Amino acid sequence: MSALVGAAEVVAGNLPGVAGLLPQAVDSAGDASTAEAVLFWVLAPIMVIASFGLLFARKAVHAALSVILVMVSLAFLYVTQGAVFLGVVQVVVYTGAIMMLFLFVLMLVGVSSADSLVETIRGQRWIGWLAGIGLLVVLAGVIGTAAYPTPVGLGAANEDTNPTGIARVIFGEYVFAMEVVGALLVTAALGALVFTHRRRLTPRLGQRERADARVRAGQHLAPLPAPGVYAKHNAMDVPALDPYGRPIESSVPRVLRVRGQEADAAEYAARIDRVIAGKAAVESGRTALDEQQDNPPPVADPAGAPVGAPHIGDAVAGVDASAPDSEEGK
Amino acid sequence: MTLTHYLVLSGILFSVGAATVLLRRNAIIAFMGVELMLNATNLSLVTFSRMHGELTGQVLAFFVMVVAAAEVVVGLAIIVAIFRTRRSASIDDVNLLKS
Repeated sequence: MSALVGAAEVVAGNLPGVAGLLPQAVDSAGDASTAEAVLFWVLAPIMVIASFGLLFARKAVHAALSVILVMVSLAFLYVTQGAVFLGVVQVVVYTGAIMMLFLFVLMLVGVSSADSLVETIRGQRWIGWLAGIGLLVVLAGVIGTAAYPTPVGLGAANEDTNPTGIARVIFGEYVFAMEVVGALLVTAALGALVFTHRRRLTPRLGQRERADARVRAGQHLAPLPAPGVYAKHNAMDVPALDPYGRPIESSVPRVLRVRGQEADAAEYAARIDRVIAGKAAVESGRTALDEQQDNPPPVADPAGAPVGAPHIGDAVAGVDASAPDSEEGK
Repeated sequence: MTLTHYLVLSGILFSVGAATVLLRRNAIIAFMGVELMLNATNLSLVTFSRMHGELTGQVLAFFVMVVAAAEVVVGLAIIVAIFRTRRSASIDDVNLLKS
């Protein structure tokens, strides 16, 4: 507590002119000094206009900015009235914390969230205007007819600087209220956590669960094959060939396939067919011995297997090297 | 000028805040209207404190500020929670309990 009072004295010490000047700002007749009157008449219209900005602004951000203007002006008025501590707290807590929180939520909810102009309650607009103006009239009546005591001014109360006096009242008379307010703040923080907490309705999908699901669905487990690499063409848009010489569509990146920028797979298939035909023609001219040495037939090759299918890799390499003119360059 | 001018200003700000709560449909703007009303109350509390030469009014304004901070935290959490479920920050859309 003494540390807080000390800090408060430091705050007041930074404003020696204000703290020393203000307690005498009210004379016995209740009239404020001329400087205060000037400040008031400059700030009051600004505050009223800014508050109308809150009432009429179309965009929520503009409304928030006008409220910030009102609050900073209020801080000025507090300091002028001898409430130096409250003036500082007004800037720090209201303008610095609460309004910034409003702006954060505004960004979260969406700046473009405009008012709906559909009236769900009939005549609500007129009733609202009537109630607002009625409240103003009632308040004007109360303020106009109330009997005020002769203003005392805070000269005596602020003798040991305003924050020290406030600290004496808070931690003396109202220390229990202070404790309760602390409990209230903790409860509010917990309440905000509970409100914004979202319970998970479905179990969390981690890496393990995704892998299991892929295996269960029988999808392609290994990484997809890379695009084709050829002696004449090596690019992302060329499909790779499977062991039987057929182009693998999925080896071309998905983005290129979606855009329709991949090379024509049918064209490559046709080229492969031509290669196979050429290889078959060459093979028919060879002796059986040569063929045995070049390409030993697979052990498990049944009689009905496609002709030349096991030799494709060899055939592509052979034709590309021996007869480059037979393929159109790409 | 007298100290009554501060009270008049406070009354005007309070009425504008109340009208904002009554007229605006955006929940956040209506909430800012509540804040404006609290601020207007604080201004009259500070003025009364000066009139009577006692600091109790300022202490009361201080407590109002603390309670307002707690209220803003919970209120904005409610607005965010409603926005998550209804995709709207308009007060008119919160009629789930109707009929």
